Amino acid sequence: MAAASGMIERDGGVRLRRVLRTLLPALSLSLVLGAIAWLNPRAISYFGFTLMLSLAVPIALATVAQMFVIAGNELDLSIGTFVGFVCCITATWVHDEPLIGALMLLGCIGIYALLGALIHLRNLPSIVVTLGMSFVWQGMAILLLPKPGGKAPGWLQSVMGFKPPYVPLPIVAAIIIAALGYFILMRTAYGAILRGTGGNAVAIGRAGWSLLKAKVALFTLTGIFGVLSGMALVGITTSADANIGNGYTLLSIAGVILGGGEFVGGRVSPIGAVIGALTLALAASSLLTFMHIPPDWQVAANGIILIIVLAARVLISQKGTDQ
Amino acid sequence: MAVENDLVNLDGVEKSFGAVRALAGVQFQVAKGECVGLVGHNGAGKSTLMHVLAGTISPNAGKIIIGGQTQAEYSPARAKALGVRCVFQELSLCPNLTVAENARVFHPAIAGFNWRSRAGRLIIDKLDEIFPDHGIRATDSIQDLSIGKRQMVEIARAFTVSDRPAELVILDEPTSSLDAHTASQLLGFVRRSVAKGLSCIFISHILGEVLRNCDRIIVMRDGKVVVSGDAQDFDRNRLITAMGGIGEEAHAVKADDRVGIRAALPVTVRARPAQQPDRTDLIAHQGEVIGLAGLAGHGQTDMLLAIFAAAYGKKSGIEVTTPLALVAGDRQSDGIFPQWSISENIGVRSLSRLSKNLLISRPLEMALAAFWRDKIKIRTPDMDNNILTLSGGNQQKALFARALASDAVVVLMDDPMRGVDFGTKLEVYALIKEEARNGRTFLWYTTETDELKNCDHVYVFRNGVIVADLRHEDISEERIIQSSFAGTH
Repeated sequence: MAAASGMIERDGGVRLRRVLRTLLPALSLSLVLGAIAWLNPRAISYFGFTLMLSLAVPIALATVAQMFVIAGNELDLSIGTFVGFVCCITATWVHDEPLIGALMLLGCIGIYALLGALIHLRNLPSIVVTLGMSFVWQGMAILLLPKPGGKAPGWLQSVMGFKPPYVPLPIVAAIIIAALGYFILMRTAYGAILRGTGGNAVAIGRAGWSLLKAKVALFTLTGIFGVLSGMALVGITTSADANIGNGYTLLSIAGVILGGGEFVGGRVSPIGAVIGALTLALAASSLLTFMHIPPDWQVAANGIILIIVLAARVLISQKGTDQ
Repeated sequence: MAVENDLVNLDGVEKSFGAVRALAGVQFQVAKGECVGLVGHNGAGKSTLMHVLAGTISPNAGKIIIGGQTQAEYSPARAKALGVRCVFQELSLCPNLTVAENARVFHPAIAGFNWRSRAGRLIIDKLDEIFPDHGIRATDSIQDLSIGKRQMVEIARAFTVSDRPAELVILDEPTSSLDAHTASQLLGFVRRSVAKGLSCIFISHILGEVLRNCDRIIVMRDGKVVVSGDAQDFDRNRLITAMGGIGEEAHAVKADDRVGIRAALPVTVRARPAQQPDRTDLIAHQGEVIGLAGLAGHGQTDMLLAIFAAAYGKKSGIEVTTPLALVAGDRQSDGIFPQWSISENIGVRSLSRLSKNLLISRPLEMALAAFWRDKIKIRTPDMDNNILTLSGGNQQKALFARALASDAVVVLMDDPMRGVDFGTKLEVYALIKEEARNGRTFLWYTTETDELKNCDHVYVFRNGVIVADLRHEDISEERIIQSSFAGTH
């Protein structure tokens, strides 16, 4: 009897930590929002959010892209320059020759699928392969657009500039992105297999599934969301620059981890990842500006915020594994 | 036995891993609606045989006949299509997925709208059937379940049926993480399923379970089936005899002088397993070779690692008085530095002795390596070659040299002779004897009973605790098997 009640208590403890773990991304977002509201109450408005979160949509898309490869225990170090390359294609070819531009973007997704196959078949570390690819994307972006310039297609600008009633566009977009990621990875039957390859690839193979197909699927999804991220970014900035996405590689990884994901074990959360991306987007500029931190110090302050939030997260999940 | 009634028929199946012959021509049949118990000591080939049936290992020779048809291209997918299900000893659930999602992984047919609730219902219904009041929900994440509940999910999943029938379920040590109550629920379910026509292969080290629940018992030894017969014809003693074989030659023992020495020499290690219920200690004196025996994975490696940890920090219950070194069992992952030369691999445990003014002295390192090459005959033209140029046995010798060249007085050995050829083994045995005479202590976990005859004293482990403490003159395969296999749970 005593043993049974002990078991129930332990189960309860596990559940509590699990709830805490899933709520942590939302908690850190509300913390950042609270600080902004306290520092500058006027920022909490339709206009304020539209302004503060203007760059959150491409960051959220890049983070979800990164999340797919992390679900399969891989890492994409090329997503940032890939987003930049997509921006350059969109501001040049998609604007001038929409059909060729679209084919080029599809080709980019195809390259991502091939990378997944290569990494699986040759058993290569994805970090090395994608680091190499990051230079390839960057080089091609510079070839395409040696100087900042180009022009985003008009329809893209109007999509990104759309002002829905009551709720600012970045928030609506974030909800749609999170729902899409959640549906693909968490709700579909094949999504369970994809996550399973991160948890126990041997078991998935023994059950008769192709690990090659799963890896290709994950990398293809990353490519698709990377393309969407680049298009969203150029829709906001209206013109492109070969270096425009470089910061996205680390931002997307930090967003996934901040959102409750882990580097290994197939533990990722699409909703958490989008919240993580929003938190980073807010903490990265708006919060620091309101705190009157000079721009010279903002990058360093941003890093410190990241370390603090991630440390809190690790602390909670470690308590979970200790017992 | 009528061949047409056989569900599974393995004919002369052989499998070798390098120099090790895991299966040496196995004849094995399972009839429809039969529960076959499979027993054997470490390395008898039980697990390899089950992997062959599951399609995860393909044999070098022999025929696999299932449902009367010879299977030419046998794979895990083919096994599943034929209804062969396997619950492996190492769990094959995805810890990051829920119970329902793990059921879905097993059943590709469950897809489309509403797949979660269908998969969940399938697995929970089966859990209800096997383990009433299991307390597991379909939405529970596997990582949050206790090891016992994980095993319940894994077992129940093997019995679930969607589009393909279950014809044969292989259970490899299914009760190892279950308590007595759930274990009896499982065994009752197996009996009911077998009565309905399912076939089952049951592997267990708890001989009472095998004797009570199986129709037929097959005993394996050295990669062969040695005895097969109706369960009623067996009892515990007959099984143990079949597994170990008595009538081995009496070994020459000088018991008298050993007992006297044991008490006189200082104790170098005194340790007790964490879960040990009584006050039995593992005690090693200077100059002794102490064996750690029992079935693989019953706490011997944990004991060695705990002793190792204790030497580098205080740990209650373990007393180590001298420096020690560990010879790892899995040399590829825990032993060698694959990028380094043979000399560097040997010298790494003795760097303080080999360095001058913060730099490693090449001449000293070379001298040390040359000394050990001659002493234990590492077969290489040049000790500066990469360690991977050596054969497996010689790599293992280099790891022994690393430990023996160091200042360690106690050497821990975690089943280091796996996959090493016979000649090398004899050389290492002689080396251990010589070093022990010079005052070194060896703690030697081995799964090969023959090796234990080199020990002065053997502790047999079962379920993480010491269950027997044998002196040299009492060491015999029969005694060790008797202690390793529990009669009842």
